[in-house]
Amino acid sequence: MERKTKIHAEDGKPDLLITREFDLPLDLLFKAHAEPELVEQWMGTKVLKLETKKHGGWQFETSDPKGNVVFRANGVIHEFVPNRKIIRTFEMENTPFDVQLEFLEFEQLTDDTSKLTMQIVYKSVALRDEMLKLPFAYGLNMAHNRLQDFVQKLK
Amino acid sequence: MNLRRDVFQAIADPTRRAILLLVASQSMTAGAIAANFDTARPTVSKHLQILTECELLTQEQSGREISYHTNAKKMKAIADFIEPFRNMWDDRFNKLETIMKKYKRK
Repeated sequence: MERKTKIHAEDGKPDLLITREFDLPLDLLFKAHAEPELVEQWMGTKVLKLETKKHGGWQFETSDPKGNVVFRANGVIHEFVPNRKIIRTFEMENTPFDVQLEFLEFEQLTDDTSKLTMQIVYKSVALRDEMLKLPFAYGLNMAHNRLQDFVQKLK
Repeated sequence: MNLRRDVFQAIADPTRRAILLLVASQSMTAGAIAANFDTARPTVSKHLQILTECELLTQEQSGREISYHTNAKKMKAIADFIEPFRNMWDDRFNKLETIMKKYKRK
């Protein structure tokens, strides 16, 4: 499948821009960010709390198949304007990573297409780079583990 | 895996980035590399050692001297390090699109 999501991370700046055009009407794109049961489906996480209003809070939690919590994040919603924008903070619990600020802007392109622009602001350039590398580092570990499994089976 | 040096830590240093740029076009001996820097030779050697340990540079014996050249595969991994992050979001958004298309038909 064609990769439609674009990431723009300028050198030396503590933020990044994620843009994506969707083959969906604007209201459905927004709804996917506002309804807990929909967020749960596409984010692959449990939504413990999602207060879709100014000064509301949110909390997500992901467990492994054994039921151990592997990821928990929370934040506060600063602005919530249906079909236009969401401004919120994001913080991973039990990690050394500082809170980040997220600006989500929703735009209608045509009756059936829409666009999401997500700007994430980090405390420092170093932290941004660290966060960008997380899936990369995870992927390396996964590849390494797979290799290890493979080698184990050969024995 | 943990024993190996982190490539990102390696390229975080400006001198090491300069060494990589220098060696990218042609393989060079340690002496020739050091001649391009004001830094003391042992310091350059240390940088070369770090770059070699994390496999960004490969050593090759040429006569009495060791020459260094860049490891194209590893260099590419750095250029692509943002890819997994993008793929992560792309996968999420693809899922969002699929789910909402079904939702629409309900």
